[in-house]
Amino acid sequence: MLLFLLKRLATLAATLAVASLIVFAVLELLPGNAAQLILGDTATPESLAALEKKLGLDRPAAERYAQWAGGLLQGRTAQSVSYNEATATLIAQRLQVTLPLAAMAMLLTVVLALTLGVYAAARHNRLADVGVMAASQIGIAIPNFWFAILLILLFAVNLQWVSAGGFPGWTEDDGGGLWEGVKALILPAVALAVVQAAILARVTRSAVLEVMREDFVRTARAKGLTRGQALRRHVLRNAMIPVLTVAGLQFANLITGTIVVENVFVLPGLGRLIFQAIANRDLVVVRDVVMLLAALVVLVNFVVDVLYAVVDPRLRRHDA
Amino acid sequence: MSTSFVQRALRHKSFVAGGVLCALLLGMALLSLVWTPWPTAEIDIPKKLQPPSAQHWLGTDSLGRDIASLLLVGSQNSIVVGVIAVGIGMGFGVALGCLAAARRGWVEEVVMRASDFTFAFPALLLAIMLTAIYGPGLVMSIVAIGIFNIPVFARITRGSANVVWAREYVLAARAAGKGALQITVDHVLPNIANLLIVQATISFATAILAEAALSYLGLGTQPPQPSWGRMLNEAQSLMFQAPLLAVYPGVAIVLSVLGLNLIGDGLRDLMDPKLARAR
Repeated sequence: MLLFLLKRLATLAATLAVASLIVFAVLELLPGNAAQLILGDTATPESLAALEKKLGLDRPAAERYAQWAGGLLQGRTAQSVSYNEATATLIAQRLQVTLPLAAMAMLLTVVLALTLGVYAAARHNRLADVGVMAASQIGIAIPNFWFAILLILLFAVNLQWVSAGGFPGWTEDDGGGLWEGVKALILPAVALAVVQAAILARVTRSAVLEVMREDFVRTARAKGLTRGQALRRHVLRNAMIPVLTVAGLQFANLITGTIVVENVFVLPGLGRLIFQAIANRDLVVVRDVVMLLAALVVLVNFVVDVLYAVVDPRLRRHDA
Repeated sequence: MSTSFVQRALRHKSFVAGGVLCALLLGMALLSLVWTPWPTAEIDIPKKLQPPSAQHWLGTDSLGRDIASLLLVGSQNSIVVGVIAVGIGMGFGVALGCLAAARRGWVEEVVMRASDFTFAFPALLLAIMLTAIYGPGLVMSIVAIGIFNIPVFARITRGSANVVWAREYVLAARAAGKGALQITVDHVLPNIANLLIVQATISFATAILAEAALSYLGLGTQPPQPSWGRMLNEAQSLMFQAPLLAVYPGVAIVLSVLGLNLIGDGLRDLMDPKLARAR
């Protein structure tokens, strides 16, 4: 297990390093002169020179990369060009919306998918199974941002149960509160969860059906367990291995989904930050946020890999 | 394609349903090349936000443009993005996957690690990075979606090509002196073509969804070119006045993606030799 873990950690470090090189190359080297890109064609030579000095563009690329990457590892980031704050501060503020949203969406996804997937598998080839599979086929085809718009149409425009967007804040000092904050994230979380749940429900159903065909389940039934008892005591825990793996990998999709859905609901999360940064040509913020999101995707894949091997020892032996 | 395959295909419900929906998408795009009910570039402010009528079957938008015409022309976008992005992914991805399977060793390691690194950047993140530098546009979104498809095809190709390389007839071909390139062309590609076709339909569907999201965010197709995603963005600000504007483009996207997914599922079943024998 230790050897497996060390190998995975080495791969993680290498992937993060290469990802950082890609982000740096695309956002710092490709533009040519980043200061020119930020200020535009009408910038005066003096303002260009001042911004170049501020961004450190007069130094060699390797030195700039080392300073940026080293700073990230120590939690130090550069100043945003448009907000005049360290990007770390901006990101920390926005994560207060993005992370709870992603967590709520993930929880909803898993609950919905497991319920529907097990329900469909237990009623294999009957109307319920066909209904769930048809619904999931449609769910997979629905763009999450369109579903978000439909939810706004129904719950905000027609029923007026919630506001059409915005985020009041987590504290009463900000004009919000814990429940107000959760209420503002319910519709966005549902919009994100439904599409992911449709995919995961199909995986759950397949996994449960496959385990139900195993000999040990037949033995359990032969010993007198009812179908439900066999399902709960034997099938589910074995079926959960591939399901949780896919759920973990879906977290990466969820992260990118929050970028879109935050823009639908005008939530002050990372998604809004990155688009405001693009509009302001603030490459410093774009660079750091993209790196954070890429690192999150890589980290989640790493955790899923390790957890999968923890649960299924055959993978550790094969890999070692 | 054998007659029995066609007969089985016509009996397969998913394939037929998907085929009908995809034919509808293709038909819309082809029709829009030669005719639309109204010109999409024609702005007619006095006729803005009209409900469906005999003149404007689905109504008009905030600039008085006919919604049905915008939907028809918008379908061109979806097909162009799908074809080119999947083409990029398949072209480079299959080549890299075949190279990895043929060479093995460090070449395979390098190719697979490189595709792992690319997986750290979903299409949306890639599009964000490219847009930040080069500005928004259809080309950038196609490139971003295409690049994301490369490791998808590379992984599938390498996995299934490895199985083919282990077969006895390939070993015999190698013993007879055939080179890796010739074996790849003569034996590997024909045997993995089915899998790649199925993946292509899935990737096409994903490309349509990705392009719609990018256009919704303003990173994809730019005005005045119609796009389903951007229509949804515009419709969102008019939800209280004209809620139906938010429904039509979404339905178009769902039906197109659903059609492609159903065709992919159908092809997977039809090309599965075990299921074919059972029939």
